[in-house]
Amino acid sequence: MNPDVQNRGGSRMRLRGLLRKEFLQIIRDPSSIAIALAMPVILLLLFGYGVSLDAKHVPLALVVEQPSAEAASFTAAFNASEYFNPQAYQDMRSAELALMAGRVDGIVRLRGNFVSRLVRGPDAPIQVVVSGMNANNARLIEGYVSGVWRSWLTQQAGLAGRPLAVPVSVEQRVWFNSAVRSKDFLVPGLIAVIMTLIGAMLTALVMAREWERGTMEALMVTPVSMREILIGKLVPYFALGMGGMALSVIMALWLFGVPLHGSLLLLFLCAALFMLAALGMGLLVSVVARSQFVASLVALVTTFLPAFLLSGFIFDVGSMPHVVQAITYLIAARYFVSILQTLFLAGNVWVIIIPNALALCAMAAVFLLVARRRSHKRLQ
Amino acid sequence: MNGLWQRALALALKELRTILRDPRSRFVVFGPPIIQLLVFGYAATFDLNNVKYAVYSEDRGEAARQLLAGFSGSPHFRLTENIQRQQQIAPLITDRDVLMVVHLGPQFSRNLAMGRPAAVQIIIDGRNSNTALIALGYAQTIVNQFNRDWSQSHGIAGPPASLQTRAWFNPNLESRWYFVPGLAGLIVLVVTLAVTSLSVAREREQGTFDQLLVTPMTPLEILLGKSLPGMLIGVAEGTFILLVAVFWFHVPFKGSLLVLYSGLLLFLLSVVGIGLMLSSLCTTLQQALLGSFLFMMPAVILSGFATPIANMPQPVQWLTLANPLRYFLVIVHSVFLEGASFSVLINQFWPMAAIGVISLASAGWLFRHRLY
Amino acid sequence: MTAAAQPFPGILLDVSHISKTFLSGGRKLQALSEVSFKLSAGRVTGLIGPDAAGKTTLMRLIAGLLLPDSGSITVLGMDATRDSLAVQSNIGYMPQHFGLYEDLSVQENLDLYADLQGVPREQRAARYRELMSMTGLTPFTRRLAGRLSGGMKQKLGLACTLVRPPRLLLLDEPTVGVDPVSRRELWAIIYRLVRDQGMSVLLSTAYLDEAERCHQVLLLYAGRLLGEGPPADFASALNGRTFSVQAPGMNKRLLQQRLRRAPGVLDAVIQGEAVRIVMHQPLAPEAAALLPGSGLTRISPIAPRFEDSFITRIQALQPEKTPMDFLQPPRTGGTATAGVVIEVENLSRRFGDFYAVRNLSFSVGAGEVFGLLGANGAGKTTTFRMLCGLLPPSGGSLRVAGVDLRLAAAQARARIGYMSQKFSLYEALTVKQNLDFFASAYGLTGKPHGQRVAWALEQFELSSYAGDNASSLPLGFKQRLQLAAALMHDPRILFLDEPTSGVDPLARREFWARISAMSEQGITVLVTTHFMEEVEYCDRLVIMASGELLKLGTPEDIKAAAASREHPQPSMEDAFIALIEAHEQMRMAS
Repeated sequence: MNPDVQNRGGSRMRLRGLLRKEFLQIIRDPSSIAIALAMPVILLLLFGYGVSLDAKHVPLALVVEQPSAEAASFTAAFNASEYFNPQAYQDMRSAELALMAGRVDGIVRLRGNFVSRLVRGPDAPIQVVVSGMNANNARLIEGYVSGVWRSWLTQQAGLAGRPLAVPVSVEQRVWFNSAVRSKDFLVPGLIAVIMTLIGAMLTALVMAREWERGTMEALMVTPVSMREILIGKLVPYFALGMGGMALSVIMALWLFGVPLHGSLLLLFLCAALFMLAALGMGLLVSVVARSQFVASLVALVTTFLPAFLLSGFIFDVGSMPHVVQAITYLIAARYFVSILQTLFLAGNVWVIIIPNALALCAMAAVFLLVARRRSHKRLQ
Repeated sequence: MNGLWQRALALALKELRTILRDPRSRFVVFGPPIIQLLVFGYAATFDLNNVKYAVYSEDRGEAARQLLAGFSGSPHFRLTENIQRQQQIAPLITDRDVLMVVHLGPQFSRNLAMGRPAAVQIIIDGRNSNTALIALGYAQTIVNQFNRDWSQSHGIAGPPASLQTRAWFNPNLESRWYFVPGLAGLIVLVVTLAVTSLSVAREREQGTFDQLLVTPMTPLEILLGKSLPGMLIGVAEGTFILLVAVFWFHVPFKGSLLVLYSGLLLFLLSVVGIGLMLSSLCTTLQQALLGSFLFMMPAVILSGFATPIANMPQPVQWLTLANPLRYFLVIVHSVFLEGASFSVLINQFWPMAAIGVISLASAGWLFRHRLY
Repeated sequence: MTAAAQPFPGILLDVSHISKTFLSGGRKLQALSEVSFKLSAGRVTGLIGPDAAGKTTLMRLIAGLLLPDSGSITVLGMDATRDSLAVQSNIGYMPQHFGLYEDLSVQENLDLYADLQGVPREQRAARYRELMSMTGLTPFTRRLAGRLSGGMKQKLGLACTLVRPPRLLLLDEPTVGVDPVSRRELWAIIYRLVRDQGMSVLLSTAYLDEAERCHQVLLLYAGRLLGEGPPADFASALNGRTFSVQAPGMNKRLLQQRLRRAPGVLDAVIQGEAVRIVMHQPLAPEAAALLPGSGLTRISPIAPRFEDSFITRIQALQPEKTPMDFLQPPRTGGTATAGVVIEVENLSRRFGDFYAVRNLSFSVGAGEVFGLLGANGAGKTTTFRMLCGLLPPSGGSLRVAGVDLRLAAAQARARIGYMSQKFSLYEALTVKQNLDFFASAYGLTGKPHGQRVAWALEQFELSSYAGDNASSLPLGFKQRLQLAAALMHDPRILFLDEPTSGVDPLARREFWARISAMSEQGITVLVTTHFMEEVEYCDRLVIMASGELLKLGTPEDIKAAAASREHPQPSMEDAFIALIEAHEQMRMAS
C-alpha cells in the first residue's frame, strides 16, 4: 500500500476518533451546550428588550410661575408628547431640588412675565435646564424639548393666522432605518458581542483542561499530530457556535423584527469566518495559558469589555482618536459588527463586506497559525 | 477575636500570593485593566468628531455658501467630497464613504431671498441610528444659527418665544465626563469578579478546599480571607482609575472622597459577595467562568452605563435593582459632577450593602453545605 | 506494513550517553547525566530509584516527549529525537497519571485510542474482547471511566495503551495507588504480554517487591545509572548480612526503632512478628550489643532480598543523612487523652442508590496506630471524609475526640490533622509559604509560629526546597510537605489517607519512624495504605470491602484468620488477598 494513502486514511481515522470524543464530552457535560445555545438566547432576550437609546417618558419638571392660556397650551404640548412625563412644580427651588436628587432629568420654566413678553415682545424666554450628568441623554432631551417648542410655535402661529417664518428648515432623510429604531442597530451589534464571548469561553478552557487532567500526555504518545488535535478541538465547538449564531439570527428576525436586507447565506458565511476568529483566539489563550485558572482570568478580563466598547456596537469608531482607532483593528467584533449592521439594514454592500470579511479571514488565520506554532508535541 | 483576624489575614495573604506570584495572572489582573482604561476613556464617547460628509449643492448663491460655511467650520464635521449629480449620493452613503450628504436645491438662494421657505435636505446613514441622530442634532444646530443670523441681518422678526437652555453639572455636555468615571465601575467590577469568582471553585477542583475546611477556620474567617484580596485589588485599581479620570481626562471632581470611597467599598463588598457566592456554587472552573459571564454581561449592559435604565421596560428595570453596578454608577457620577452628599445618595448605599450581606451570607453557608 | 513489524534482532532500545537538565526557578537541575543502557526483546526491565532520580524524565525521553541535551536514543531502530512521531506510533507508553477521559465510557475510551493508533476496524472486535477479558473489565464496558475504581482505571489505561500491540511498552509507575489485588492482576497481564507476544516492558516502580519480579533491574539515583542486572545479583551481594530479630514482649515498633539506632545496623524494618535488619558487616550480631538490657532476643540469619541491597546502596551515597534522629516536636500544650478517641457506630453513606459506606462500626483508642485497608473503592476515603467532618453521614453516628466535627465548634478541628490522598496544597505557593499559611490557619502566631515552621522545614528536610514552588517538588517531597502541613498544630489525632503512595522506600522508612514516634507520644493515627508491609506497623486494622467491614483485629489476627492448609503462615498480602477474594466469591454467590 502506498504509505501516503495509508497515512491519510490513518489521519482521517484519528480525526474521526478525536471528533467523536469531543462530541461525547460536550454531550456529557452540558455546560458547553449551555454556553453555546442557552446563553445567546437569554442574553439576547434580556438585552433586546432591555437596551434602547431612545429616551421615552423622560421625567420633566414644569414650572409655570403665572398661569395663563398660553402657558396652558404650552404645557399641554408637553403632556401630548410621548417623550415626556411632565410633572408640575410650584417653584423653581423645588424643581431644582428634584433635579439634584435625580427625580427629574430636566426643568422647563415659564417666568411670571411670559405672557406679557409674548404679547409685547421682544421675545419671551423659556428657561430650560437639563441634567448634564449623562451628556448623551441631556442632548437627546434638549432635542426633544426644542421639537415640542417648535411645534407649539407653529400651532400658535396657525391660530394667529400668520405662518411662522423660519428661513431654512431641515428636511431629514434617514436611510436604512427611517424610523430611527435603535433596536435595529443594537440587536445585530449584540449578536457580535455575544458570539465573541461564546467563542472565547468555549475554547479558552479546552486545551488547558487536557493539560491539567493529564490526558494531554496520553494523547501525545499516540501517532496523532498536533494539527489533528487542534482540528479535533475546533470543529465541534465551531458547530456549536454556529448553532448559537443561527438561534440569535432567528431571534433577531422574528422576535425583534429587525429587517434583513442582505443575503442570509452571506450572513452565515461571514459568521463562520467570525466564529473561526473568535474560536482561534480562545484556542490561543488556552494553548498559551496551559492552566485553566489563567485561561479563565484572561477570558474574563480581555474579551467582554473590548468587544462591548471598541467594536462600534455602541460608540462610533470614527470619532475615536487615531491611536484608539488603530487598536480597534485588533478586535474581531469590530469587523463583524460592521458586516452585520450592513447586511441587516442595508443589503449586500460588497465594498463593505469584502474588506471586513478579509480582515476576519486574516485574524482567524493568524490566531490559528500562532496557536498551532505555540503548541508542540513535547512537554516543557 | 485576635485569632479571627490573624487567620483571615493569613488566608488573604495566601490568596494574594496565589494571584500575584504567577507572572501571567499578575499581568492579567493589572495589565489589561490599565490599558483598557486609557483606550476606553477615549473610545467611550457619544461626541462625534470629524464626521465625514459630502455636499451636493445645485445652488451657487451667497446664502448657500454661507450655510455650507457653517458646516465646514464645525469641528464635528469634515467635508470630504463635493458631488455634482443626484446618482452619486447612494453609493457614497451605502459604502460608508460618508455618513451624510447635505443637499441644497437650485432654488435655495432665490427662495430665501424672496422670503419663501427654503429647505436644506440632509441624507444620513441610519445603520447606527444613534450616531445618525446625534449628527442630525449637530446639523440642526448649525441651521438654527444660520437662521438667527439671517433673520437678524435681514430684519425678519424671530419667533415670539425662544428657548434658553442650560445644562447643569456639565455645561458643554462632554460625554467623556460621564463615561470615564463610569469606567471605574465597569473595570473594577470585571477585575474583582474575576479574582473572587474563580477562587473557591479553583480550590474545590484542586482539593485544597477540603484541607482548608479541616482547619479550625470558621466560615466567617474564610469569607473575610477570601474577600480581602478582591477588595484590596478593587480599591487599588479603582483609585488608579479615579486619579486618571481627574488628572488625565480632566473630569471635574466636585464631591467628597469620603462619600466616593464609602460607595466604592460597598460596591466592592457586593461584587465580592456575588463572586464568592457564584464560586462556592460551582465545583469546576468552567462552571465558575460561565457563572461570572452570566452575571457580568447583564450587570454591565443593564447598568445604565451606555443606555439609561429609565428607557428599559419595567420588568427589566426591576431586574436592575439587583445589580450593584447600577447604584455605584449613580454614586460615582453624582459625586464627581454634582458633589452629592451622603443624604442625597442614601438610596444608592443601602441596596449595595444589602446585596453584599445577603450574597456573603449565602457564600459562607455554601462553603460547608455544597458538597457533591 | 509498519516499521514495527520488521524483525529487530536483539536490541529494542538503545540509550546512549543521555543527559538532560531542567531550569527550575532560575536553578539548573541535572535530571539525567550520561545514562546508557540497552534493552532486548521479551524481557521485563524495572527502573528503580528514589524520588527525583529521573525515572519519569527517562521514560519521556524514550517516548520522544522531551529532547535530550546530549546523547542519543534509538527505539526499534528509529531515533527518538528525530522520528518521534514514528516512535510514538510503534511503542506503548502509559504515563504516571494516565489521562483517561473520565466522562467517556470504557468502550468509548478504547474506541478513541483505537482510532488514534490506527487499528483497522475489522481487527477491533477481537482485540477488544482479548483486552477486556485480560483486564477483567468485560462487565464494565458501558461504565464511565470516572466511575471506575483506581485499580480498574489503571487497567483500562493499560488496555488503551495496548490497543495496538506495541513491541516496546513503557509503564511509568503503573501500580501507584493500586490495591494489592489489582496489583497482582496487573503483573499477571504484564507477564502474559511478554510470554505470549514477546513484548519488551520497561516499568518504573516504587514497590521493591515488584523489582524482584523483573528479569532485569536498572538502578537510577540522582540522574545516574548506579547498576544494572538481575535482581537476584543485587541481593546476593549482601549474603550473610541480613538477620531476623525477635524480642517477645516488646512492642515491635519500639523494637524496630531501637534496632535502627543500634550499632552496626544499617537498616531495620518490621516484617511480620519480627524485625528484619541489615548489618554493615557480614557478621552475626550479638543480642547484648544490639539491645542492651533487654531479655529474650532471638536472632536468626535470613536470605537477603533486593530491597536490602537498594537501601544499602542508596544510604551509602547519603552518609550525612541520619533519618533515625527524629526530634520530638515541641509540645505546644494538651496532655495525652486516655481511652477511646474515635467511635464509629453503624456509619453509612449513600450516593444516590449506591452505598459507599454501610453499617461501619469500630473504635480507636488513644495512641493507637489504626489501619484502614481495602481494595480501591472500598469506602476508605469516604470514611475519612466523614470523620473529618467534610461529608455528612447518611446514617449512624460518629465521635472524634468526643464530638462530631461537622457540627462541633471550629476549635474542635484544631485537634485533628488531615492528609488527603491527592496532593492538596497550594501549588502556586512556595514550600515555606504553604507552611506559613497552615501554621496561621491553625492559629499559631508570633514566636511559636516561626519556631514551628522552622521545625517542619528541618524535620522534613525541606529547607533546601523552602523557596521552591510546591508544584515543582518531586512526589515524595510533596507528601512530606503535606504531612508537615497536617502536623503544624501538633494535632492529637491524625488522619492519613494513603500517605506513602508513590513515595520511595527511603522516604517511607522516615515516614514510619515519625509515625512511631508520634504514637509513643499518645497521638492517635488513622492510616490507609496499599503497602502491605506497612500494615505491620499498625496496632489494629479493619479491612473493608464494598463499604462494609470485613475484618477487624491486630495484624496477627488477620493473618491467622487467613491461614489455610496450603498457606499455614500467610504474609499480610496473602491474607489480604485471600479475604478480599473470599468476599468476592460470597457476593457472586448471593
